[in-house]
Amino acid sequence: MKTVTFRIWRGDANSGKLVDYTAEITPGMVVLDVVHDIQAKQANDLACRWNCKAGKCGSCSAEINGVPRLMCMTRLDQIPIEQPVTITPLKAFPVIRDLTTDVSWNFRVKKKIKPFKPCKPQAADGTWRMQQEDVDRVQEFRKCIECFLCQNVCHVLRDHHKHEEFIGPRYLVYTAALEMHPLDTEDRLEELKRAHGMGYCNITKCCTKVCPEHITITDNAIIPLKERVVDEFHDPLGWLWKLLRKKT
Amino acid sequence: MSNYETHEYDVLVIGAGGAGLRAAIEASAAGAKVGLICKSLLGKAHTVMAEGGMAAAMGNVDDRDNWRVHFADTMRGGQYTNNWRMAELHAKEAPDRVHELEAWGAVFDRTKDGKILQRNFGGHRYPRLAHVGDRTGLELIRTLQDHGIHQGIEVHMEQTVVSFLKDGDRVAAALAYDRERGRFRVFKTRAIVVATGGLGRAYKITSNSWEGTGDGVSLAYHAGAELLDMEFIQFHPTGMVWPPSVMGILVTEGVRGEGGVLRNSEGKRFMFDDIPDNYKSQTSDNEEEGWRYVTGDKNARRPPELLTRDHVARCIMREVKAGRGSPHGGVFLDIAWIKEKIANAPEHIKKKLPSMYHQFMQLANLDITKEPMEVGPTTHYAMGGIRVDGDTQMSNVPGLFAAGECAAGLNGANRLGGNSLSDLLVFGKRAGEYAAKYAKENPEAAVSDSDIESAVQEALAPFERGAKHGGSAGGPYQVQQVLQGLMQNFVGIVRREDEMAQALNMIGELWTQAGEVAVYGHREYNPGWHTALDLKHLLTVSEAITRSALERKESRGGHFREDYEAKDPVFGAVNMVTWKGADGTMNLRREPIPAMPEHLKQIIEEMK
Repeated sequence: MKTVTFRIWRGDANSGKLVDYTAEITPGMVVLDVVHDIQAKQANDLACRWNCKAGKCGSCSAEINGVPRLMCMTRLDQIPIEQPVTITPLKAFPVIRDLTTDVSWNFRVKKKIKPFKPCKPQAADGTWRMQQEDVDRVQEFRKCIECFLCQNVCHVLRDHHKHEEFIGPRYLVYTAALEMHPLDTEDRLEELKRAHGMGYCNITKCCTKVCPEHITITDNAIIPLKERVVDEFHDPLGWLWKLLRKKT
Repeated sequence: MSNYETHEYDVLVIGAGGAGLRAAIEASAAGAKVGLICKSLLGKAHTVMAEGGMAAAMGNVDDRDNWRVHFADTMRGGQYTNNWRMAELHAKEAPDRVHELEAWGAVFDRTKDGKILQRNFGGHRYPRLAHVGDRTGLELIRTLQDHGIHQGIEVHMEQTVVSFLKDGDRVAAALAYDRERGRFRVFKTRAIVVATGGLGRAYKITSNSWEGTGDGVSLAYHAGAELLDMEFIQFHPTGMVWPPSVMGILVTEGVRGEGGVLRNSEGKRFMFDDIPDNYKSQTSDNEEEGWRYVTGDKNARRPPELLTRDHVARCIMREVKAGRGSPHGGVFLDIAWIKEKIANAPEHIKKKLPSMYHQFMQLANLDITKEPMEVGPTTHYAMGGIRVDGDTQMSNVPGLFAAGECAAGLNGANRLGGNSLSDLLVFGKRAGEYAAKYAKENPEAAVSDSDIESAVQEALAPFERGAKHGGSAGGPYQVQQVLQGLMQNFVGIVRREDEMAQALNMIGELWTQAGEVAVYGHREYNPGWHTALDLKHLLTVSEAITRSALERKESRGGHFREDYEAKDPVFGAVNMVTWKGADGTMNLRREPIPAMPEHLKQIIEEMK
């Protein structure tokens, strides 16, 4: 059996420090297993979130050696364990205790986005018809498990703290899923531009890199939304067209 | 007197998985002021882990399907101990609930003509599961969550209910603490909907998330609610068995629905060896026909891998016990073999089973498009739970409703895959509707300060022991682990009188130990404290499972007795009811299942 040192951040909103724990590991273990082991044997009050331990709920987000990841999806044979493994809470959100952070801002953001509003059912039986190829791209966005790793790594939030002005990659993906939903009739472009800070994103693709669901956040969601915003508000031909339409 | 915040609602929903969210939406739509409590963050409940789909007889893929077939399939799967009224309502109302989900933004996989696609699953005669790849639960919970947040429901995240408080017979409030600060809150209400899900965490190997501790069932029990058929625990045939740290994590039945086959170490497809009589006419007896079925041939019979979960789990155990298991104590589940049949098999598998592909790649370093998976049974679902009225979902305690996994009845002795997601929607809606109605028709309930105070003191007791005994008292995790091992080994997939009697004795000892555990540190986000409070729930449901399993001297569905291997018609005619006596001890009675009306009997006869 091998012994590994884990350097875990312990503390609350006021203060905290890294504390070393040693744990015995067995083949196949993931980082969350070690945290649970430490919790059960050495530190009963070590705070961390987790639910499914299968990469489906997105609760156990943390920074492992400085990289935002899901603890349940990080196998120990994927990271260097000869050196102490550092586990710290997400940086873009205020710490509650140990590895838990206050992510409630995310829930408030979602509430501000105009909800899904379907068109009338097309079929005689009162249901809709959609083709698989038309729902494929929306389904990619709907894979999101809301782990907030993309929010955490986005420099607009992480470094510049523009939480009040920018909704972040998660909610750009969410908006894209609504905007590209074949049945949706709502228009969210105005908000995207003015209230949701679309312009802050300068496409560094950090969000795409950390997504545990491998959603191509930047290319498939954010860039098309940016294009739509540009078409709507900055395209001179589009302006002219709208002006003419208004007059007739 | 302790300090606590007070909130007041017409309907308080506890649990924000599929059933809780659907109940909250319905109650709110009926004009009730609704509070929704969840132990975790919103949208993280165990429902996210449901993979395969939701069963609804829409007939989109096979037009021979309808509610009557679904009803008969559900009753047969449950070995006829189901609440037939719930099975009827469920089969009839599930399609509407699925369509409603689409109207709220869910994006299901599609058929060629643009309808909602449906897939094959165990025990369902026709392809019936509306699904989104293998992440259907996520789609369901996210749709309800996103729809629900605009309905005026007040959501209280990371709150844990520790006790229900009553006004005479009625429920009147729930006492909870908020995880972040460890402060108490009293939620006064006219009606409560318990939607707290499962209890798989009473076992060592389980597919359940940490929240599945049976807390809602236990809270209801201690508030006077009767529990039903607690012995019926479903062991899902395919959990991961390797590596050890992922043991129990679910491998969706969708793998078999898409053509995956089970093989032993000799390479033999062993499921053909034992096909139960009541499924013989519908099950193929050769590999070729089985493949035709999963690829949509309406004249083919389904492969034996799609027999009910209880049966498949036992066949796997038989192979393992006979020494024909895989290297890590399971059997092989192979979907990669379909490359012999179709050209683009790897892409097809990744498209149909994306999260399984991902899960095995990430956790076991195994490519399921190339190699077979190693799988074995895992504790998955509680068919038993709070006893409710089939139409209204109210328990025997006035004002206390239950829906979803924590409520009993729909599934009888064994649940068909896909019936739980539709259960959440159908009975979540009904519970919300009738809870709102109850709240409207009944006056405000009163809560006594002394009841609140004694519940608070009970919840704080582990800290006091910690302070008194210093470092000498035991922690909660050890008691939890001993109990999980005990239930796994002695009240698990194969049961015997002597072992269960021993388990019951040891549960008695663990009750004592649980009353002595100490926690340290302060109340803010303290998982040790939480675990200490969970012990009461885990022990309550474990005791109910064990007592009921001892009493049911036969084998039926998920309940398999080595010492009574056959089904016994005497037990086939009864449900097991447990309740808390006035002296605090657990009581048990056999209760005759009400006679089924003629029109339902007829359906079952027709479908045989």
